[in-house]
Amino acid sequence: MLEALLNYELLRNTFFTGLLVGLIAPLLGTFVVVQRQAMIADGLSHVTLAGIAFGMFMQKQPMSTMITPFQFGMIFSIAGAVIIEKLRSMYREFQEIAIPIIHSLGVGLAIVFIALANGINTDIYSYLFGSVAAVSRNDLLLILGTTIFVVVIVFVLYKKLFALSFDEEFAEVSGIRARFIHYLFMILTALVIAASIRIVGVLLVSALMTLPVATSMRVAKSFKQTIWYSILYGEVAVIIGLISGYYLEIPPGGTIVLTAVLLLGLTLLVKKIKSLGRIEGEHS
Amino acid sequence: MSTPLVSVSHLSHRYDQHSVLEDVSFDVEEGSFVGLVGPNGSGKTTLIKLILGIERIQKGSIEIFGKPVQRFKNKGHISFVSQKANSFNRGFPATAKEVVGMGLTARSSLFQSQSNVNEQIKQALEYVNMTAFANQNIGELSGGQQQRVFIARALVSKPKLLILDEPTVGVDTDNVQQFYQLLSTLNRELGITLILVSHDIGTITTQVNDLLCLNKNLHYHGDPNKFEQLSNEERSTFYGHDLNVITHDH
Ligand SMILES: Nc1ncnc2c1ncn2[C@@H]1O[C@H](COP(=O)(O)OP(=O)(O)O)[C@@H](O)[C@H]1O
Ligand SMILES: [Mg+2]
Repeated sequence: MLEALLNYELLRNTFFTGLLVGLIAPLLGTFVVVQRQAMIADGLSHVTLAGIAFGMFMQKQPMSTMITPFQFGMIFSIAGAVIIEKLRSMYREFQEIAIPIIHSLGVGLAIVFIALANGINTDIYSYLFGSVAAVSRNDLLLILGTTIFVVVIVFVLYKKLFALSFDEEFAEVSGIRARFIHYLFMILTALVIAASIRIVGVLLVSALMTLPVATSMRVAKSFKQTIWYSILYGEVAVIIGLISGYYLEIPPGGTIVLTAVLLLGLTLLVKKIKSLGRIEGEHS
Repeated sequence: MSTPLVSVSHLSHRYDQHSVLEDVSFDVEEGSFVGLVGPNGSGKTTLIKLILGIERIQKGSIEIFGKPVQRFKNKGHISFVSQKANSFNRGFPATAKEVVGMGLTARSSLFQSQSNVNEQIKQALEYVNMTAFANQNIGELSGGQQQRVFIARALVSKPKLLILDEPTVGVDTDNVQQFYQLLSTLNRELGITLILVSHDIGTITTQVNDLLCLNKNLHYHGDPNKFEQLSNEERSTFYGHDLNVITHDH
């Protein structure tokens, strides 16, 4: 694989992108999970798919645009996040319906545009399940930019995001501009979801954002640790998943997510054995 | 006389067609320990939210240190323990220390020294006797311990005014006594002005030095001892509710 990495640019791009996504998906995922918003990832990933399909449809048109399907995906994802926020402020008492609405809108549009763009082809296939050799240099640069943007904003706003996630009312009383920061957070989430699709595919984005966090919460002792362990688990899953996907010729979405599930299972098992050991120790 | 810390005048508030506050006026002097009592649904939390600036004023005005609340920007001076403080997500992966740190968030900058922040957090935890639990997960603490962590979070910014909305709900009786002692220390030693909200008129009158009875209108404002000396009937009218019903209302 090392040789292949050196020789094939697409593979190299995929690997770098995987490392970037393995960082930002669990990073934002931690905030998403503790806010009990895990469903957002699924909703927005389908909106992104709609954007990608729209981009493919546009490429078929005589006056083709400069914007690639992947870029259309990002634009749709951000628009989806904005719509979710609008719906939430319209349905104050039923905020949870914003996600099903946006999810169905995404799937509906995706079906229509996929059909208009001449049905399921290998491109769509790679967006659904991920691919080890589909990341162009342009995509890589876009995802690198996204990563830098996301990491800088989270670093600067870390304490505010943390306080808001725990207790919105207190955060507001202490002078945090809750609405603004929440909006910004939603846009970051939209960007991360769109970026992650390049590697794990539409169907498994939410898994990459939530599984490492679920594992991490079992071992971490504080919120900061939860973030660090999530990233660690995320990166391990991406690296093992990409390598095995490459050798087994399986789309990496599947191998990455199964690795993440395996890590979760192992962690739970180790914790169980340890606690049993502790009880034994007390009895002897 | 000096400017009152909080000055509420002719405040009225409604949710849709439902009126919850009508023409409420009172001042809170610096250094006082105010009890705000009234039955459930009497508008206490609404009044507090208006004072904190998280609910918009519809009619009347509120001044904090002589400034309209809408323009009062020094948020660190007013702190708050919410009625809902205890209803956070129990699985939230945060330590007591991290939760207290949230009290410094709004004024924090990237370039502030972390050791200074840690020192302030340590002090606040010491004040509420929770130093031993600093690194414990917040969800694993008992109700009374969580309450003290939330008070530390409110104290860490060294506020001049601390508002507590029904903080003893869900705390067992032993801890309630300790809790009142803590409040009294904060008021006397640190000189923090306190507003303590409660729907239970019993214990509170012996603790505070200024009493407000609210039930849409302000029915009583003044010395809690005088209130104690009133007949049961008179007290019921001031409280705006049948007292016998209230004593079972926990
Ligand atoms: N956001 C809101 N929207 C509509 N009605 C509300 C809202 N908040 C409170 N109320 C109503 O206003 C009344 C006063 O509530 P509240 O201020 O919470 O009283 P208290 O804190 O004294 O129990 C209650 O009847 C309550 O149902
Ligand atoms: Mg209330």
